[in-house]
Amino acid sequence: MVSLLPLRLEGAALVRRGRTLVGPIDLDLPAGDVTAVIGPNGSGKTSLLRMMHGLQPARGRIRWSVPEAEARQRQAFVFQRPIVLRRSVAANLAYPLRLRGVPREEARARADEQARRFDLTTLLTQPAPSLSGGELQRLALARALITEPELLFADEPCAALDGRATRAVETHLARAASRTTLVLATHDMGQARRIATRVIFLLHGRVHETGPADAFFSDPQTEAARAFLRGDIVE
Amino acid sequence: MDDLLAGFAAAFRLIVTLDAELIEITLLSLRVTLTAVAIACLIGLPLGAWLAVRRFRFRRTVIATLNALIGLPPVVVGLVVYLMLSRSGPFGVLDLLFTPTAMIVAQVVIVTPLVASIAHQAMRELWAEYHDLLISMGASRWQRMATLILDGRRALLTAALAGFGRAIGEVGAIMIVGGNIDGATRVLTTAIALETGRGDFALALGLGIVLIALALIVSGASHWAMRTERHGRW
Repeated sequence: MVSLLPLRLEGAALVRRGRTLVGPIDLDLPAGDVTAVIGPNGSGKTSLLRMMHGLQPARGRIRWSVPEAEARQRQAFVFQRPIVLRRSVAANLAYPLRLRGVPREEARARADEQARRFDLTTLLTQPAPSLSGGELQRLALARALITEPELLFADEPCAALDGRATRAVETHLARAASRTTLVLATHDMGQARRIATRVIFLLHGRVHETGPADAFFSDPQTEAARAFLRGDIVE
Repeated sequence: MDDLLAGFAAAFRLIVTLDAELIEITLLSLRVTLTAVAIACLIGLPLGAWLAVRRFRFRRTVIATLNALIGLPPVVVGLVVYLMLSRSGPFGVLDLLFTPTAMIVAQVVIVTPLVASIAHQAMRELWAEYHDLLISMGASRWQRMATLILDGRRALLTAALAGFGRAIGEVGAIMIVGGNIDGATRVLTTAIALETGRGDFALALGLGIVLIALALIVSGASHWAMRTERHGRW
């Protein structure tokens, strides 16, 4: 099967009422990396992920290596505020499989297996909206990964979580990274250092610096990146 | 006041003795109304979901028209359905006038906009919540609609119950297209109108109490539906 990556952005931009909010951005996203999209608040991290995933109409070109409809089926998105269906945890896990026509029994069996991997087994019959924040994000991640996507976008998945829940989500993300290319928007530099192999540093809606994570964190090339990593306010 | 008390007493007697005429009229009322509400739901619920997920040019006009149709005067609906089903009308050949089917048709016309409008409101809120997730997962338009209908089923039940409440109490349209024929098209509301005109307040009141009891059952069912959601029972 042909990989849907690399994803290529050519002049991709988010424009509202004639004003360019993000971009234009030229970028190649290769397979296999864990890419952290970092930058100050309002720099366009979420918008960039949504543009790449097709949730946000964008100008310019966003090209996959496979037809767009097929690319959509082979990627997933985890939102900062988890969106769950008003159904049980088990039904939430099975939902993406049912959308793809997987028979009910098989979907249920795979949902059970996924629940086991993500420590959700005891919650399977619970209404998903009644879960705690950490459980919700684990469910969202488990559901996103149940179709074994080639590419996973995660938009600040630990923003509202405590340390324990963050560790659990990071563990699952790291485990998923062995099979899935990850693009992770985060404001948590510790998390980016722990997980990322590549960094995209955004400033004012544009890619200010990009490169391997080790090099970026040890020797940033731009003054803005150095200031950001020092914890200075970057305007 | 004496008339009223005598009416209550007679009504009580009719209900306790399970008066045959009362039972017949009540069952016909339920048959006509439940059939009409079921058909209205088959049309209105998918229409409400479709209006929630679909963006098209005259969408707001369609929604505004739908909301306006909630206020359709039943007598006018009855008149139009009467003209359609009368011998000289386009559907006269079906010979449906003065039958329960004609009454069902009239009630479907009256109830569908109400069901569709309430369904649309509920689906719109749910769609705002689910939008990003369903788009992200690549759900087709039909899958989106099915998901909204399934997950919004409690609100949709309320829409159906509201439709039932409107239909069971309706008199103008079904009087015109049904003709209030004894043993054939007489239902609770038309019978109440008739018996009141005749001065038989006992039967009229008995029928009225049954009608109110049905409305209370509907309201109770609606309350039950909402309670299950609040308590998180799935």
